[in-house]
Amino acid sequence: MTALAADGVSVTLDRAPVLHGVSAAVPGGGWLALLGPNGAGKSTLIRALAGLVRYTGTVTVDQADARALKARERARMLAYVPQEPVLPPDLTVAQYVLLGRTPHLSYLAVPGRHDRERALAAMERLDVAQFGERRLARLSGGERQRVVLARALAADPAVLLLDEPTSMLDVGHEQQVLELVDDLRRDAGLTVVSTLHDLTVAGQYADSLVLLDAGRVVAAGSPATVLTAPLIESVYAARVRVIAGDDGYPVIAPVRRPGDLPRDLPGNTP
Amino acid sequence: MDGGRVGELGGGGRVRKMGPLGAAAAFLVVAALIAAFVGAADLNPLATAAALIDKAVPFARLPSSLGPLDKAVLFQIRLPRVVLGALVGGLLALAGAGYQGVFRNPLVDSGMLGASAGAGLGATLAIVYLGGTGPETVPVAAFAGSLAGVAVAYGTGTAAARHTVLGNGVATLLLAGIAVGSFLIAVQTFVLQRSASDIGAVYSWLLGSLSAASWPQVTTILPYAAVSSVVILLHGRHLDVLAVGDEEARALGLRPDLVRGIVVAACALAAASAVAVSGIIGFVGIVIPHVARRLAGPSYPSVLPLSLLGGAAFLVLADTLARTVLSPAELPIGVVTALVGAPAFVWVLRGTSHVST
Repeated sequence: MTALAADGVSVTLDRAPVLHGVSAAVPGGGWLALLGPNGAGKSTLIRALAGLVRYTGTVTVDQADARALKARERARMLAYVPQEPVLPPDLTVAQYVLLGRTPHLSYLAVPGRHDRERALAAMERLDVAQFGERRLARLSGGERQRVVLARALAADPAVLLLDEPTSMLDVGHEQQVLELVDDLRRDAGLTVVSTLHDLTVAGQYADSLVLLDAGRVVAAGSPATVLTAPLIESVYAARVRVIAGDDGYPVIAPVRRPGDLPRDLPGNTP
Repeated sequence: MDGGRVGELGGGGRVRKMGPLGAAAAFLVVAALIAAFVGAADLNPLATAAALIDKAVPFARLPSSLGPLDKAVLFQIRLPRVVLGALVGGLLALAGAGYQGVFRNPLVDSGMLGASAGAGLGATLAIVYLGGTGPETVPVAAFAGSLAGVAVAYGTGTAAARHTVLGNGVATLLLAGIAVGSFLIAVQTFVLQRSASDIGAVYSWLLGSLSAASWPQVTTILPYAAVSSVVILLHGRHLDVLAVGDEEARALGLRPDLVRGIVVAACALAAASAVAVSGIIGFVGIVIPHVARRLAGPSYPSVLPLSLLGGAAFLVLADTLARTVLSPAELPIGVVTALVGAPAFVWVLRGTSHVST
């Protein structure tokens, strides 16, 4: 199992500083969720971990400096799924998943039997093998997300870097995808780093959270220490109540402005 | 895991890939045979086939009823023209497919990035100032002009992309190509305007023709054709990866800029070699890749070889029409490719509900 850590990572995009000395770490087989309001730098941190933006500071993959890795070596270990993956509409699911084998192919190599086997295994694992010949344009939102995860998995990575893996999904499909990622983590020992916008969901699936605001770490630790009403209210400029759920996970419930009473409820009608 | 299903996972399936390829190869052979039979000097098809086999297959000695004059027509006039037409058509279609992959844009063709405009300016300068003397002057000038056009467009486009507000290096490159092309065409028009007597010669070159085809022309462009085709064909898989965007391609361990540079250089070389011996032939570089996609799907390891074979067969047939329809006069081949190609293209696009890249 592969541990991943960022130490004092700073990123400047278009001359504007986006991350200021961010440190975060996840042990092998763990699930780290990055939280924070829009523009806090969550996606940029994920992209820095994937080696897709210039950064200062260090990223270590299993105690090795990520800068020392060649692009293909890094791509073999870290599979990155962007928030809005580009799905060429006419490519078939099987062709697309096979692209995930790219890190394993030398420059002039073509995918061989082993690559097709690994791609098929990934498709079967995510239950998309039965529509391998379907064009990507013909997939529903939930199917798309599973196909994209299958492509990531086809590389046999050690770490999944997922940028908002569920932002396009309804609550049911969101749960299915996250349970699937959690299964992969348990079965294959994958390490997961993801940004998640839903705080309750983040507390349910991740075992450690990092809360970012304006490019800095505001809080880090277990769900119980990060998901507190005062922290969330100050960082998100929101009004919330944190309730202990029956299953032990904190539930973050938005609260309306005082004075606005719910309408059409018994007792509230004038 | 059973072997059959794993086999299906190749770029769209082996059978589906080999079927259209075999059909295109057969189409090319048939087109070449028709082109060899048909023409001003009427050659007997059977005798022609016998003579071809006699020449091509070692140890096969087939008696042919072709006289020495007919043989000269076949081997010195018609055959070089068929081979050159196949090379030019294949190169244009392959370059067009390569550019479409590199730029993730279905609207570009082999003449983009200043390639056609540069060739046109080079040929115009050669005709106007060097009198188009010697068989080599115009082709060399067109070849150099085409490569220079792409080099300038790619250089300025890449430099501009570093400071782009478009957030997309590909769009900046294409825009640079349009700017460079417009500039070169303006220069060409200016030169031509001051030398009205050469307009006819320049115009007939611009419309494209294979009427000057000869074996030396074939052997001259063959090395460039071979190198550029091999390089482009080897990058089919990389073009599929580029289809998911530069960022995801980099996340998969590929270097998009490097791939783009190599493929653009190879496409520029392919298009320049074709343009040097044929003039500017439009339509092949954009239409044939789309037909290939309709037949074999969007995956470039299939689209590239299919474009090469399909472009070759299409241009051989178009050239046969160009030199026979108004025989003994010849139609410009660019007119034929568009006249025949445009309706065929509309028919191919019919039922395509989406734009594919």
